[in-house]
Amino acid sequence: MATRFKPDETFRDDFRYANSPAAILRFPFPFGEDVYMYGVNIEPHTRAGSSGAFAVAFDVDEHYVAECAERAQALALEPGRCQVLDHMREAEWDTLELIMESLAADYPDLFVLDRHGDDWTWTNRPLGLHQAFRFGDATTLPHPPFEYIVRQAQGDFTLQDQRDGTLYIDGGITTTPADWTLAFDIGMTFHQWHGPVPLAHQAGVFDRALQYLMRVRYGHPARRLNWTMTINPRLDTSPENYPLWGPDRASLTADTIATRLFLRVELQSFFRLPRSNALLFGIRTYLASLDELTRVPKWGRRLHRVMRDLHPDIAEYKGLTRYRDLLVAYLAQFDDGAPTAPGIAPDIAALPD
Amino acid sequence: MMDSATIDLLVAEATLLSPRLRRVRLLAADGSRLPPAAPGAHITLMLPGGSGARPLRNSYTLVVADPERGYELIVRRAERSRGGSHHIHDRLAPGDVITASVPHNLFALHSQARKHLLIGGGIGVTPLLSFVTRLRETGARFELHQIASPAETGVFAQLLAARAGERIHIHAGRRDFDSAALLAAQPLGTHVYTCGPAALMDDVIAAATALGWPSSHVHREDFGAAGGEPFMLRLARSGIEIAVADDQTMLEAIEAAGVDTPSLCRGGACGVCLVPVREGTPEHRDHFLSAAERDAGCLVMPCVSRSSSALLVLDI
Repeated sequence: MATRFKPDETFRDDFRYANSPAAILRFPFPFGEDVYMYGVNIEPHTRAGSSGAFAVAFDVDEHYVAECAERAQALALEPGRCQVLDHMREAEWDTLELIMESLAADYPDLFVLDRHGDDWTWTNRPLGLHQAFRFGDATTLPHPPFEYIVRQAQGDFTLQDQRDGTLYIDGGITTTPADWTLAFDIGMTFHQWHGPVPLAHQAGVFDRALQYLMRVRYGHPARRLNWTMTINPRLDTSPENYPLWGPDRASLTADTIATRLFLRVELQSFFRLPRSNALLFGIRTYLASLDELTRVPKWGRRLHRVMRDLHPDIAEYKGLTRYRDLLVAYLAQFDDGAPTAPGIAPDIAALPD
Repeated sequence: MMDSATIDLLVAEATLLSPRLRRVRLLAADGSRLPPAAPGAHITLMLPGGSGARPLRNSYTLVVADPERGYELIVRRAERSRGGSHHIHDRLAPGDVITASVPHNLFALHSQARKHLLIGGGIGVTPLLSFVTRLRETGARFELHQIASPAETGVFAQLLAARAGERIHIHAGRRDFDSAALLAAQPLGTHVYTCGPAALMDDVIAAATALGWPSSHVHREDFGAAGGEPFMLRLARSGIEIAVADDQTMLEAIEAAGVDTPSLCRGGACGVCLVPVREGTPEHRDHFLSAAERDAGCLVMPCVSRSSSALLVLDI
């Protein structure tokens, strides 16, 4: 099925963004049951699974071209959003190879990778790019290798060096962050950069997750879903730009919440990189408005129950406190009390009219 | 390439370096590029186990891992062998196809080492060869000591081919090798890597510990402990008994028997696959259960854990 890109979408200023019915049905809805609590919800990133977004290594959807333009704009404003420490050079090339190989294999009509020894040629049809370069020689690319390829991918990425029995976040790009920034976290250990998360440390979630992630093997990637909420389809909710988006939280009303409040889901993926032994962490953000999500009856019911019963510390950490009552009151109309089937799938083939 | 568990490899070359060392070069059987690999990575070969026996799984370090020119291994013909090294020495020939795991690395170079001290014994030279290649490329500071039997010092000297100015030393036997003195002379920030007979590795690690080296600076070769002894599993509620093979997880065995049981991470972290134990002694390998829960022995995670009793009875 050919994806029709929507190059005119924007994620700032005038916010021109919407999901097609097909995009709504393949949205990676993060709640598999009617309650939410932190856990080690990591699973192998192998099978198609219950969301269309799980079908390939790096999902390319109808927002691809617009998201790449948004990234270019964010980098033009703040080039420091992409940083890689010197000892991660090999991991940069690993990332370039993994993403190019995966896109070319999963979308052969959109991307082509041609390799003869170290002489590589890359074709990206949606962005109109054709690049001949020498693998391992950064002078043959217009940007450093990591930045070059993540400019052509949706979502943020970080590079973890594995040493001393932990993971260090030693590089990455954050132009679509959910209120965190690499500029602050770079060089931290796994437990340091997760320091602010409530409840999960005490439950041992990070100790167990770290053990799992350090054992992720080449060729056996893993994934998990994480979520928060964002006012407007704004990808760049960075701490640096808090003055631009923080006040939005106080602006929602009963009339605007359906179209202006977005469930923000991160499809997080973990890949062992072969040459560097580093771990690539993908944070792919999907946005859908309440209006769009509640077209799936199961999701409308479940979203109401999850938000109503959410632990207040989690609501506060995710920045929902200010408008949570408004949100629960709005969602109540979609909850008729009927039971919901387990799992995240929409359980319908087409949206009701 | 989402879940590439195994690859078929074609034997391109197999040459004797000495009467007991054979170098094997392998290419992708379908002519495609091979997965790249970090220095220190190994692959596991599935080798015929002799008449009627299950295939053997032998892990070998990749001395060279080039996606186009191929993988290179050096295999020692073991005195007492289950048959794997004898197969490689006596029967393997160019044109043969072997199934292998994709590369896996449990012996990585440390990115922050000020200096790398490499200590090998015998065939333990193989990961050190891949380290030396990388350290030469990056210009990192290193020193290598290889212990060899007197008859094989020449072969190792040739394999390591010291370049001008490099500190590469081949010792004929362990008699003239003093690991404590060597470690004591190292600058701060040195990382030591050792691979070879257990006695040598234990000696290096004991010397480093006695000198107060942080454990994060001491590395020994590890192929990991995948699999284990086979055992029997009885599923009390389903009323069936299944054998868990040495290279199979309990969860895989349960699934293969057609019993549906929940699982998520399949790596011992999430707790979704926990099952109650009725009888037997689990060998816990997960990161989920607390020490008290392990001691109680009432629950087990079949995705990674095994049994230390011949029979384990689960309440599913």
